[in-house]
Amino acid sequence: MNILVCVKRVPATAGKITLTADEQAIDTRYLGFTVSPHEECAVEEAVRIVEAQGGTSTVLTLGPEEATDQLREAMAVGIDRAMLLQTDGGEWDAVATAGAIVDAIRAREAVDGPYDLVLLGNEAADTGDYQVGVRVAVALDRPAVTGAKGLEVRDDAVVARREAASGGWEVYEIPRPAVVTVKEGINLPRYPSVPGRLRARKKEIERVTLDPAAASPARIRLRVPVEKESAVEILGEGPEAAPRVVEVFRRLGLIA
Amino acid sequence: MILVLIEHEAGMPDRLSSEALTMGRRLAEATGSPLHAMAWGDGAAAGAGPLRGAGVAVLHTIEDPRLTDYAPEAIGKGLAQLIERERPLAVIGGGSDRAVELMAHVGARTGLPLAANSTDVRPGEPWQVTRQRWGGSLLEEARLDGPIRLLTVAAHAVEPAAMTLAGAASPAEVRPFAPDLTDGDLRVRITSRVPAEAGKISLADARVVVGGGRGVGSAEGFAELDELAALLGGTVGVSRVVTSAGWRPHAQQVGQTGTRIAPDLYIACGISGAIQHMVGARSAKAILAINTDRDAPMVTRATYAVIGDLHTVLPAIISAVREAR
Repeated sequence: MNILVCVKRVPATAGKITLTADEQAIDTRYLGFTVSPHEECAVEEAVRIVEAQGGTSTVLTLGPEEATDQLREAMAVGIDRAMLLQTDGGEWDAVATAGAIVDAIRAREAVDGPYDLVLLGNEAADTGDYQVGVRVAVALDRPAVTGAKGLEVRDDAVVARREAASGGWEVYEIPRPAVVTVKEGINLPRYPSVPGRLRARKKEIERVTLDPAAASPARIRLRVPVEKESAVEILGEGPEAAPRVVEVFRRLGLIA
Repeated sequence: MILVLIEHEAGMPDRLSSEALTMGRRLAEATGSPLHAMAWGDGAAAGAGPLRGAGVAVLHTIEDPRLTDYAPEAIGKGLAQLIERERPLAVIGGGSDRAVELMAHVGARTGLPLAANSTDVRPGEPWQVTRQRWGGSLLEEARLDGPIRLLTVAAHAVEPAAMTLAGAASPAEVRPFAPDLTDGDLRVRITSRVPAEAGKISLADARVVVGGGRGVGSAEGFAELDELAALLGGTVGVSRVVTSAGWRPHAQQVGQTGTRIAPDLYIACGISGAIQHMVGARSAKAILAINTDRDAPMVTRATYAVIGDLHTVLPAIISAVREAR
């Protein structure tokens, strides 16, 4: 079993987003970095499949030199190898990103044989383009399921399930090799162990330098949406506030 | 021509498709071009009446006897072929998982860029879109390049215009389109279904959601939240901290990577209000925050707040609700 999992380094935003003065990026001076929750789950899924069935897992990212932090985090929880498609830090659009990933996959597969499964997050946390996985699959002529919250890899097939819009689940059985994008909830990712972190620090990372001219971002500027002003009505402090809460329930028609 | 991708029930466009149609109609008016729609699946042609009421002149139906159920690769390929034949100015999909997936296939097959989760589009030199990043916590103004502009409309970003019933008298012209598909294109399709659990209140549709965050403190700490939710006919939702700790299943998570909720009241207990959580609660009509921290983002964005420990406040609310009945 040969699995590739793709992740993206993004700022760990929690509070209000602040932009740089030129409105081209998030001001990350006071922020840490992470990957999307979907991608954390994709990494965990790759580790679990290889633990259960044997084989090799590889993590790939397209990003600046600093994205090696995210590659090492993935290796700290059990990914075997890492590959950095190195940029100069500028943003890459979805078409260019998918193209660079496809080139890297073709180059690796020419040496090591095909990846049975390529995993990605359903969408990146920051740009939310919802399309890199499908673009990679179509370029490689491989079947793709997006938004998977359940995954089983059989000898000849991949069985993925995703939530149906009307509730319940849709099940897709597709031939291997395949591309699957996953959503958070498919598993509960483990935390890295200290020995895992130490091992990851020593591992080598394969690097490919990308041509910045290929990036072609469509961005003109970013802006933080204007928030609705909300004048919060404090109903009280502690248990004494309960009668006023009940009044609110009545007003909203929640109780008779 | 402006072309809108329709998802439908026996021809009747669903809510998210109506949002795409509304944006499509505006764009057709702004560019002085006709509005067309495309749809696949059983009963697609029955949409000709209601779609005429939405301003659609022509409805293209993707026809292939093998398309008996959702098959994203085959349908996406069919849509791409239709688009390359018709060469519309722009193609607009709705904000559903399926519409976004199909539009991604169209983008991949045609090599065109796709602006996902757009809230506004402005034709010109160049065309521009406003689109959501970070689940809507941030907006991007971007160019929309390509001879055919592909975009999807962010769910609930556009208020769907009412369809006038007058259209039923003169339905849209239906033009069946038979795509060139091979059996191999059908390799991705729904092979089985698992029905939803009966009788369970869905988080996305619940009228009341009682939310719990880090402040709940443990899996056991949710007993009071469960009780209040049951009393009010609602359901429990949680923040990401709670699912990461394993206190509650991910199916109950509210937020950017969980469920978007739209209740009449969201009772947020011990939730600080990180942006990834707030984007999931944005459509709540009212928020009651119960929190020890008066300055927590959840409190400052709430409609109502009680300052205090949820484990003393909730039992008091529960008994007050019981007494009030």
